Amino acid sequence: MHIVVCIKQVPDSAQIRVHPVTNTIMRQGVPAIVNPYDLFALEEALRLKDQYGGRVTVLTMGPPMAEAALRKAISYGADDAVLVTDRVFAGSDTLATSYALASAISQINKDLPVDLVFTGKQTIDGDTAQVGPGVAKRLDMQLLTYVSKVRELDVEKKEIIVERRSEGGVQVLKTSIPSLITVLEGNNEMRFATMTNMFRASRYPVKIWNKETAGIEDVTKTGLKGSPTVVSKVFAPTPRAVKAEIIQCESDDPKELSVTLLAKMFTKYPKLEKEIAKRAA
Amino acid sequence: MAEKFDVIVVGAGPSGNAAALRLAESGLSVLQIERGESPGSKNVQGAILYSDALEKLIPDFRDDAPLERHIIEQRMWVLDDDSYIGSHYRSNAFNQAPYNRYTMIRSQFDKWFSERVQRAGALLICETTVSHLLLDGKRVIGVMTDRQGGEIYADAVILADGVNSLLAKKAGFHPELNPKDVALAVKEIHFMPQELIEQRFNVTGDEGVVIEMVGKITKGMMGTGFLYTNRESITIGVGCMLSDFKSQQITPYALLDQMKAHPSIKPLIEGGEMKEYTAHLIPEGGYNAVPDLYGDGWMIVGDAGMFVNAVHREGSNLAMTTGMYAADTLIELRAEGKAFSADNLKRYKTRLDESFVMKDLKKYKNMPDVFHTNPQFFNDYPEMLSKAARTMLTVDGVDKKSKEREIGRSFRQRRSLFGLVGDTFKLWRAFE
Amino acid sequence: MSETTEAKKPAGKKKFELDDRLKAYKGIWVFIEHERGSIHPVSLELLGEGRKLADHLGVELAGVVLGAPGDAVRSFCHEAFFHGADLCYLIEDPLLADYRNEPYTKGLTDLVNKYQPEILLLGATTLGRDLAGSVATTLKTGLTADCTELNVDLDARSLLATRPTFGGSLLCTIQTLNYRPQMATVRPRVMAMPDREVSRTGRILEDKLGMVESSIITKVLEFIPDEMQDKPQLPFADIIVSGGRGMKKPENFQLIWDLAKVLGAEVGATRPVVQSGWVDLERQVGQSGKTVRPKLYIAAGISGAIQHRVGMDASDVIIAVNNDPNAPIFDFAHYGIVGNAMTILPALTDAFRVHLATVRKAG
Repeated sequence: MHIVVCIKQVPDSAQIRVHPVTNTIMRQGVPAIVNPYDLFALEEALRLKDQYGGRVTVLTMGPPMAEAALRKAISYGADDAVLVTDRVFAGSDTLATSYALASAISQINKDLPVDLVFTGKQTIDGDTAQVGPGVAKRLDMQLLTYVSKVRELDVEKKEIIVERRSEGGVQVLKTSIPSLITVLEGNNEMRFATMTNMFRASRYPVKIWNKETAGIEDVTKTGLKGSPTVVSKVFAPTPRAVKAEIIQCESDDPKELSVTLLAKMFTKYPKLEKEIAKRAA
Repeated sequence: MAEKFDVIVVGAGPSGNAAALRLAESGLSVLQIERGESPGSKNVQGAILYSDALEKLIPDFRDDAPLERHIIEQRMWVLDDDSYIGSHYRSNAFNQAPYNRYTMIRSQFDKWFSERVQRAGALLICETTVSHLLLDGKRVIGVMTDRQGGEIYADAVILADGVNSLLAKKAGFHPELNPKDVALAVKEIHFMPQELIEQRFNVTGDEGVVIEMVGKITKGMMGTGFLYTNRESITIGVGCMLSDFKSQQITPYALLDQMKAHPSIKPLIEGGEMKEYTAHLIPEGGYNAVPDLYGDGWMIVGDAGMFVNAVHREGSNLAMTTGMYAADTLIELRAEGKAFSADNLKRYKTRLDESFVMKDLKKYKNMPDVFHTNPQFFNDYPEMLSKAARTMLTVDGVDKKSKEREIGRSFRQRRSLFGLVGDTFKLWRAFE
Repeated sequence: MSETTEAKKPAGKKKFELDDRLKAYKGIWVFIEHERGSIHPVSLELLGEGRKLADHLGVELAGVVLGAPGDAVRSFCHEAFFHGADLCYLIEDPLLADYRNEPYTKGLTDLVNKYQPEILLLGATTLGRDLAGSVATTLKTGLTADCTELNVDLDARSLLATRPTFGGSLLCTIQTLNYRPQMATVRPRVMAMPDREVSRTGRILEDKLGMVESSIITKVLEFIPDEMQDKPQLPFADIIVSGGRGMKKPENFQLIWDLAKVLGAEVGATRPVVQSGWVDLERQVGQSGKTVRPKLYIAAGISGAIQHRVGMDASDVIIAVNNDPNAPIFDFAHYGIVGNAMTILPALTDAFRVHLATVRKAG
């Protein structure tokens, strides 16, 4: 069995700050991490490997430094890693990205047929959740999104049964492989890497593919040229014109502050008072 | 099959990197184990880079090392509650390349240094903690890590694991850290536009200023404050002996907040935006606190060996230098076909004794004790000096001789003649 | 979405000419999502937004309904009319009974290719995102996800889709200039619910799916509904009391529950609190949680970081309680109390209790 897991290296968005003067994003010093949602996908793939045997290949499209993310994946137990990197990919939106990844997966498939492609639910920097579906479409694979559990997998019969999160419940779906699965977060926990795998990750020769080796047939479908969407403006959210009215009292007594707050608020918003009063205590 | 290396270096801070770089360059197989996510993630420093130590390891470091500003002016301030007396030294000599001191941001610097180390051939594994040393009797033969299958063997292990070195303690090489031998320092980095820094500190281009402060900002505790200019930010911080913090019940952050509000300091940081704050321990026990530094199959370098000269605020250069000496010792022995036994590793200590490292530490060995037991240096003297200066500088119709007499009288009143003489003697002892 | 942050082709700087073949694309479409008998409210919110865009561009607003044959789907079409649609495209087919990616993608893309809308909007729900990505890739067009604002540039006849980027620290506006349809997804509750006018009518255009079950590879084996009791309904709550890390300990969260009880409010929380396991994931408010639009939002021990803000700053009235006078939440709240939440909350609870009792007695 061969599973390809698509991952992405992203800036740790929790640590991103906006430059107070130029209003641009301060990327400097913000650590790059593996997209946290991808780890759930990787762990799921590794569990299937534990159960059924086979190989797990991790794939990413990104700048040269994305290699570190692939090494991280190897340290957890992935067998192979491919970095698809080329200047022509710069400025890719999700459509162009899915094209590049799909081409790479087709190449990987030539060496060892791919049974499943796993991706995370979405990235924390783009959070569009579009690349997974895009890749599935291009590879003509069945798409199963928000999968919380793989119930059954029959590699010979080429069948898979999964639980998929849907509004108000769980859909149990059966489909054939190869298919692409986007894995829901929270249903597993990434294993602690063994020392052997840490060493392996340190020494592993990541396969670096450019547009030729990745099998890109039509360069105009990649990068800026292949991106229907363009970012026309980036800006900081406009600060609200009026800041909060801070309730202050002589005494600083919480009781007094509360009473003052309610008095002011309900005077200004009488409808609100009625709304709240309507509700059962 | 467990892995084996010639040398394992525990820690990827400046001392570990210095050792690993030297060892790897000489062709020995080196494994460096770092517990943080990446080199530098667990390290905190002011930070000043002393070129001399780094030049000996990477002569061309100026080509691509991430450096902030080169220092052309040093200010030393003695602060009272609302004033300071200071001396400034600025020299054009400091403005001639190659520059002697730079401000730096450790997270970037450590990352760069580590890249060099790996390029030289050392294997680096992060996010892994060495839980204890593997021993054969008294001989260290490797390390055990916190991961499954975590035994790794080596002919020598260099402990470069910092001020909190648990390994040395566990193996019995190192007693428990004494709070009076360790300072707790906190600092903040404030983002500040380049033009503002240049105007305010009277510098241009990449020039920088360093301000070292003592006095009432440490509320009678033994410690110092500092303010450094980086390219687009300033670093401001303060540190005092941990034992003092404990006995005075002041929190380090409260101390820093008060310092930032000082009328002479506040205007300097106006217009800045806080970017990050960190805290760390600094081993300041000095010469008397230095532990055993070597044994059969092991050596200690950097902060783990208490190699910090608190008087001159030198730590990172001592770290790099001791790391380098340790590596050179191993390289020599290996070339001579000798084992890494305690007897043979003695030359590491000898090297240290003959160098500025131990010589400087020895010179200031009484310093911690003297200042620790004499809070008047941090309280009374700053006040007295401030009053003296104010008296002399205020033009109010009193003649100068009377003013001097008045100052002398107030000094004697405050400290008594006996106290003044005693203080002078103590200072002399501390610095001799 | 492009990864770069510089403007590539600043819209409006030079006169942008739409390809001739794309000029034929006209009209705003909203995919009407429904599962097990009810319309997802996000589709109605999108109709409200779509109506504005349609009026701006001078075109029609259409709903798109795919589903099993029966009365339900027709009633959905009428709901679409009540909420502003001029017409509704409908495909009825047993194969569309449960949501599956393949038949729904085919149905929607066939309709798009036949009737050529210039803008297609979907809700950013699990179904919406599953469908939108496949449809956009099949149509080889641009898709912008999780938009917080939609406008049009009349000169370029282009949709301006604004969304948060980099964890919400910044916003960006994205255009799909020379591709059609321009697709966008919007999260539930980000747009306001339009008024429902039962007098509104429209026309229904029916079409066929053109597939057979045997050709569809994915089968639905069963559906396991969630246990509905006690499930928080944050997105539609009128009053929410929310707690953040400033509450310090999980035990202190009881104070939030207490206040919520007096107000008949829902309880919300920030991401760190949810991740620490103090409350259920369903209660998370913010960029990676729920978007809410209550009439009153009380934020205790919440700093007001952008990731949380984007989930609740459309609230009518916001009260913030925080120890730190410099907390960003005071920049956009309506009222603030600087102090320890642990002492303020109980006092506030009492004050509300007393006040409401008085009001009820009077009323």
